[in-house]
Amino acid sequence: MECALPTQERLLQEFPMTAELIHRLHFAFTITFHYLFPQLTMGLGLLIVVLKSVALRTGSEAWDRSARFWGRIFGINFVFGVVTGIPMEFEFGTNWARFSQLSGGVIGQPLAMEGVFSFFLESAFLGLFLYGEKRISRFMHWFSAVMVFVGSWISGFFIIVTDAWMQHPVAYDRLPNGQFEVLSFWQLLLNPWGLLQYAHNMTGAVVTGSFVMSAVGAFYLLEGRRENYARIFLKVGVIAGVISSILIIFPTGDLHGKYVARYQPAAIAGMEGLFKTEEGAGMVLIGQPNEETGLIDNPIVVNDALSFLIYGTTKAEVKGLDQIPRDQWPTALPLLYYAYHIMAGLGTWFAVLMMGSAFLLWRKRLYKARWALWALLLSFPLPYIANTAGWMTAELGRQPWLIFGLMRTSEGYSNTVSASNGLFTLLGFMGLYALLGILFTVLIYREISSGPEQAAIEKKAVHAG
Amino acid sequence: MMGFIWFWLVAIMIVGYVVLDGFDLGVGVLHLFLPQTERERRATLASIGPVWDGNEVWLLAGGGTLYFAFPLLYASAFSGFYLPLMIVLWLLILRGVCLELRNHIDVGVWRGLLDGLFGLSSGLLTIFFGAALANVLRGVPLQADGYFFLPLWTNWQPGVHPGILDWYTVIGGLVALVALTLHGALWLALKTSGALGHRARSIAKPLLAALIALTLASLGATITVRPASLDNYFKYPSTFIIPAGVVASLACIWIFNRSPLRPQPLKAFLASCFYLFFMLAGACWGLYPTLLPATTGSERDITLLRAISGPHTLAVGLAWWAFGMALAVAYVVFVYSKFRGKVDLQGDAH
Ligand code: HDD
Ligand code: HEM
Ligand code: HEM
Repeated sequence: MECALPTQERLLQEFPMTAELIHRLHFAFTITFHYLFPQLTMGLGLLIVVLKSVALRTGSEAWDRSARFWGRIFGINFVFGVVTGIPMEFEFGTNWARFSQLSGGVIGQPLAMEGVFSFFLESAFLGLFLYGEKRISRFMHWFSAVMVFVGSWISGFFIIVTDAWMQHPVAYDRLPNGQFEVLSFWQLLLNPWGLLQYAHNMTGAVVTGSFVMSAVGAFYLLEGRRENYARIFLKVGVIAGVISSILIIFPTGDLHGKYVARYQPAAIAGMEGLFKTEEGAGMVLIGQPNEETGLIDNPIVVNDALSFLIYGTTKAEVKGLDQIPRDQWPTALPLLYYAYHIMAGLGTWFAVLMMGSAFLLWRKRLYKARWALWALLLSFPLPYIANTAGWMTAELGRQPWLIFGLMRTSEGYSNTVSASNGLFTLLGFMGLYALLGILFTVLIYREISSGPEQAAIEKKAVHAG
Repeated sequence: MMGFIWFWLVAIMIVGYVVLDGFDLGVGVLHLFLPQTERERRATLASIGPVWDGNEVWLLAGGGTLYFAFPLLYASAFSGFYLPLMIVLWLLILRGVCLELRNHIDVGVWRGLLDGLFGLSSGLLTIFFGAALANVLRGVPLQADGYFFLPLWTNWQPGVHPGILDWYTVIGGLVALVALTLHGALWLALKTSGALGHRARSIAKPLLAALIALTLASLGATITVRPASLDNYFKYPSTFIIPAGVVASLACIWIFNRSPLRPQPLKAFLASCFYLFFMLAGACWGLYPTLLPATTGSERDITLLRAISGPHTLAVGLAWWAFGMALAVAYVVFVYSKFRGKVDLQGDAH
């Protein structure tokens, strides 16, 4: 055994800081951070509409204040979503220039549509919702909440369409100069991959929203204050939570998995750690994939389960990595495998926790069941982890393709921007985002501790932003 | 034909961005020194609070439109201006967050810091945007494949291998700083009352004088740096109406802002909108049909024909774009009409 410290060359050989790698990390880091905010925006957007609707129907001041309270949290979250979203739009050009040059005619469309159809709508009505309550009627205020919700969901739709085209390109043609162009507007928007992905992803956003709302309710009850608001939050959060936690597994997650298996066999094999093609493939619950030996270390396997989940029969053959040329294997196999298992594992926990809580709610015991409240409180970060892991699954599974089957990731990054320039700005973003993360946490914590009563008091400060 | 349409559609979106986000950037700069009490500072910020985010959307929608209509230009310019664009992104982040935080943190020291950062990032952004436009007008050292990479500066001369900053682009930055600060001052004069509104109106006067001087300097400089900018004007002399429009707008700002005789803040602000419109339209017309000139020889220019997307893409785009922008303009009009009139510090809190 050699024990000498690795030399510089060896390190570089094993872990080359290529421009390609830096640009990938740059995009991955900034988008992962960005997506922490929109998932709450989209989830809360729906729940605020629920709160506002009840308030409008019953005229209940408590529900109205609850809506206003969550509106304030939404507002802070939204600003962080905006400022981290702008870099995403720029990065297609700055870091992925060759990709943009060839695919701009397709990818650019849904991105521009997102701006035109949703950001204008959302920002206009959010301004009214947050600052204009005195200037508009009750109905108009409810309507603003609805439009903010619709805007954020349209935004999610266009961005998912963008991603879906990279996962599963449809309705395109290639010009002589290599550029892609769109052949059909509707086929681009109604890409079946995109619709499935949208259904699954939006359900994931509602999971986040409902866990956050339930957690704040649980927090107030455990602290023994603001119990009337806590009950509202728990009721809405748990009911939305149980619905979305079930929908995320079945049918959306299940169908999405089947679709991936059909069109991206390498991805599903990587996600499941299936090195060898098998009939009656088993599903690995726990174990580490070992790329060198092509085996799963210390596996715990449910026999035939994978074949059943994908094809509906226990004996179907599932393609393993052995049938896929080595140069088309997902490039970060273990990460892909872990990401997928974390998502699916957490999904199971969400369903169990929310079904339990919903049962307690129905039996009117939830507000007193401290252990359940603790579980709800402590689980609020988990949907963020599951959503991030889900995206890692999707994006890593697509590798080594940037546009599946058409363009490799190595052909897409900006080759005029050197690795060191990329590293510099990546580090810059890391520093800035660390700061943003802290500020965000402080702001949200302050809102939660000052609570919904505050929302009723006429604040002298003007909220600009 | 499609190329012509999309060139001007993208130009309109850029004008929309500059006219709308322009005044809130300008208010950001003025916020550094114009308001003298906490109440005035709040009123200053409240004048842009409900609208700044929507204004910024023009940048995104315009960028997206540019992206799909002229992918080569988007790819080349964004990767070539890598470093300054990253700085712009950081400034945009800083600015948005400072504005938001300011309303939630009421400790004096922090407020001062946030106010300072907000003003500084707004000012730097205007300078960067102006310099960016000047870079496009001057041209960049394009390679044969249509790409380039610019250092922040070289010898400050706009030669074959310029930097992002040289004397010419610095002028561009200053024009933008002064023009948008003036634009912001006129907005404040329109939206606020009392001493603050009065001060906004007075500061507009020296700003206007500076802007007139800088506008002339920048016109002269542009003709020196890229004489070809005049070609279109001589080919179609009727288009000299654009520079005439610049002059007329400046005159109108002056007339409507004179305070002793009935100041007319709305008209003054609109005149400033027209000034920005004519300046940008003039610049675009000076370029057309080039999108990004090459300092390395005009055969390397990125022209409209070279950068335009395929015909299907553009046809599909036109169908939804017209509809979507009509909707977007409707929201803008709706929101501005709901918030019209002077800032109301009591009623507009949430
Ligand atoms: C709360 C979050 C959450 C939870 C609990 C789950 N998912 Fe998920 N999943 C996502 C959030 C998510 C996501 C973030 O929304 C992704 C990333 C891309 C996408 O569209 O949705 C995703 C992607 C994604 C993919 C696509 C991978 C690809 O495109 O290559 C599959 C196959 C699944 N999921 C399957 C499941 C299954 C079987 C689950 C059952 C437990 C599950 N997900 C739970
Ligand atoms: C819908 C919008 C999205 C688009 C268009 C998109 C596009 C891209 C692009 C262009 C890359 C770089 C090239 C590559 O490595 O393949 C990438 C990588 C990546 N993205 Fe996405 N992405 C989207 C959403 C997300 C979200 C929301 C997340 C996470 C929360 C995410 C996580 C990642 C990760 C982890 C990588 C790195 C993969 C790797 O380098 O192997 N993506 N994506
Ligand atoms: C490459 C991918 C992405 C780009 C270019 C992008 C771009 C942006 C931009 C520029 C904004 C600010 C909008 C404003 O000014 O109002 C934004 C916000 C938003 N984004 Fe993203 N985004 C990306 C990924 C995603 C993903 C994957 C999702 C969700 C599925 C998403 C959903 C949203 C939503 C709902 C908002 C508005 C609410 C908020 O800011 O929290 N985005 N995005």
